[in-house]
Amino acid sequence: MVPLSWYLIVAAALFCLGLYGVLARRNSVAILMGIELMLNAVNLNLVAFWRYLEPARMSGQVFAVMVFAVAAAEAAVGLALIISLYRLKRTVVADEADLLRG
Amino acid sequence: MPLEPLLWLIPLPPLVAFFVILLFTRSHRRLSHTLAIGLLAVSWLLAMIVFAGAVRTGGLAEHPIQSSIPWFPTGSTVFSIGTLIDPLGAVTLFFVAWTLLAIFVYSVGYHNFGQPRGEHDTPGLPPHGARSMDASGHGHSVPSVEPLYSRFFAFISLFAFGMLLLVVSDNLLTLFVGWEIMGLCSYLLIGFWYGKDSAKRAAVKAFLTTRVGDVFMLLGLATLYAQTGTLSYRTLFSHEVLARLVETPSYIPGLSMAALAGLLLFMGTVGKSAQWPLHVWLPDAMEGPTPVSALIHAATMVSAGVYLIVRCFPLLTAGLVHGSSFTLSLIAFIGAFSAMFAATIALAQNDIKRVLAYSTISQLGYMVAAVGIGAYVAAAFHLLTHAFFKALLFLGSGSVIHGVEHGVFHTGDHQVDAQDMFNMGGLRRRMPITFATFLIGGLALSGFPLITAGFWSKDEILADAFGHGHLVVFITLALSALLTAFYTARQITLTFLGEPRSEAARHAHESVWTMTAPLVLLSVFAIAAGWVGIPEHFPGLGGVVPNWFHEFVGSTLGEAPEAVAFSAVPLLTSIGVALTGLGLGWLVYRRVPAGAPDPLARALGPVHTLLKNKYYFDELYDVILVRPLRWFGETFVYQWMDRGLIDGILHGIGRLAGALGSFFRRAIDLPIINGFGDLVGESTKRAGRSLRVLQTGRVQQYLLIGLVNVVVVGALLFYLSALRP
Repeated sequence: MVPLSWYLIVAAALFCLGLYGVLARRNSVAILMGIELMLNAVNLNLVAFWRYLEPARMSGQVFAVMVFAVAAAEAAVGLALIISLYRLKRTVVADEADLLRG
Repeated sequence: MPLEPLLWLIPLPPLVAFFVILLFTRSHRRLSHTLAIGLLAVSWLLAMIVFAGAVRTGGLAEHPIQSSIPWFPTGSTVFSIGTLIDPLGAVTLFFVAWTLLAIFVYSVGYHNFGQPRGEHDTPGLPPHGARSMDASGHGHSVPSVEPLYSRFFAFISLFAFGMLLLVVSDNLLTLFVGWEIMGLCSYLLIGFWYGKDSAKRAAVKAFLTTRVGDVFMLLGLATLYAQTGTLSYRTLFSHEVLARLVETPSYIPGLSMAALAGLLLFMGTVGKSAQWPLHVWLPDAMEGPTPVSALIHAATMVSAGVYLIVRCFPLLTAGLVHGSSFTLSLIAFIGAFSAMFAATIALAQNDIKRVLAYSTISQLGYMVAAVGIGAYVAAAFHLLTHAFFKALLFLGSGSVIHGVEHGVFHTGDHQVDAQDMFNMGGLRRRMPITFATFLIGGLALSGFPLITAGFWSKDEILADAFGHGHLVVFITLALSALLTAFYTARQITLTFLGEPRSEAARHAHESVWTMTAPLVLLSVFAIAAGWVGIPEHFPGLGGVVPNWFHEFVGSTLGEAPEAVAFSAVPLLTSIGVALTGLGLGWLVYRRVPAGAPDPLARALGPVHTLLKNKYYFDELYDVILVRPLRWFGETFVYQWMDRGLIDGILHGIGRLAGALGSFFRRAIDLPIINGFGDLVGESTKRAGRSLRVLQTGRVQQYLLIGLVNVVVVGALLFYLSALRP
């Protein structure tokens, strides 16, 4: 059986990938995609921990399902914001949306 | 008809007249004087009804006409006021009502009613006269009507109210109210021609001088009220109350309460009746119109002082030791001294009214001295006769002045002083009625034997002084009677006899009937008023007419004082001094040519100057009282105390508060409170400015910072947890 640590390493790698995407990408849609990656990395962790540590309890799966639902909603809201931003500034580059600069 | 209600009504009609004239009929001269005289006539009628009833009442002294009502509650007792007419009150009421009536009528003529208005007349100044055209087109200078005609009648109506109130009241408090109303009217009427500076000063002087006496009198009333709880004559002068007052020692060692109260009340008399040393106001009061001088300053108001001490005679005599006391001796001294003192001054006065003013002081001194030697009936008798003949003399002098002023208008020489007797002379032909009546008044004043009222009353005082052994008083009064006769003869001779000494006197003419009728009326009284008091033992005449006055007024105190045994000494003295004085005066002054100095001036030398300047009393008072008081008021109180001390303290407090405030502002408010507030604001701003660079608006940078934080904090936590065992 594949050890738990492998799952964790995969999840961490996936999270780092997503984090890099969020921080480094200029395109807002790509940033959103990075966020999805990070969320799924967490999901992977949740499910793995459930399977290996507490298989009798359903909480890990339930958490994962709820994260899916939230991620879907977040994606919907995030894309809507990006469309709105595009309509306003004719761009989807996150760095150019600096209206809140102090 | 019951007399009690009438008594209440006597003073009221003139009060109504006062208000109606002042409020409604001011601009209407005829209506004003009709109202004043008409309503006074109502009072007069009531007074005569009451007088007649009083005379007919047997035992009036024991059962006087009186009634009273509660006025105000004072603690557990009630203060009552009421009216009372006993024999003394009845007699006073009689002469007051008559003189008031005569003088009211006289005022109509005196103020030139019916004459045109003068073009240059202003309110507050005597009328200057007017031009009028006669039928043939000739212009004449004639007297003009008084500009404040109605106001004069309003004021004398108020005065009449005050005097009648004083006479009918049954207690010292309402007496004092009337007394003060008269004081006010005296002030208003002396200052009636307020445009004249001298009149203004005289009014203030009269008011303030009498005020000195009035304050003492009020203290006397307070003393009596505090001791007895009543001011009503009947209770106050009952034997029990008087005995208690005599036994109570006062605040001054050696004086009983009765003596103290008597002295204080007598001070009121000294002020009101112008006795030495408060006599200075009366001569100056002659600045008022002549009816005022006659009414207030001869017949009624100044008599009120004598009325008061006659009224309070039981109090003054309470607790006598050997028939004499300090109070009575003082009263006798002040009276006799004033009589002598004023008579000497009158010798050297040239103003016709001033002579009469000093003569009034002198005659009031007679009455005061009479009370002082215990002869209160004689005092009341002289009060009665003096009121008539002195009012007559004043009105006569007013008529003379009026006549001479007419001459002044005629000649157009306005430099002539119409009141200076040395500008007159020979007026007997121009003004026969005035001459005849003035002669009667003058003879009454000097006590011309047998036919005049003044003789009987003055003789009674002298007889009492002699009969009771007051020789000093007797001699002083006899001497002043001599002087009185002398200056009266001087006055009559200079005014009416001889030849005119000025053009104005040559063109004087007789006054109108409203002025002469009162003169005639009063001259009847000046003769007949004496007949009621002829002593029974008088040789020849005694007993022909019963000595009604002595019995009637003498019964006021319950027991009639015994008439003194007849003695020829005072009788011969009084006849002698009267005739000698009159004769001497006539001899000295019968041939004084125009412009000549007073023959007396040469004979008396510096003494005459002293007399002419009234013993320098005005100057003395000016130096010892008026100027120090002025200095005290203006310099000490106003400049030093008020401006310096009190204002200084207030300004100091203000300045101190200002300094304290600005100190607090500079030391606490600005640095600490404002500094703290500014510090919070400024440091917040500075922090914001420095943190501002973090707020780039770029989401990814925020995330990066968040990441760094998480890593750092995570590492820190890891490190810390690793340290733990």
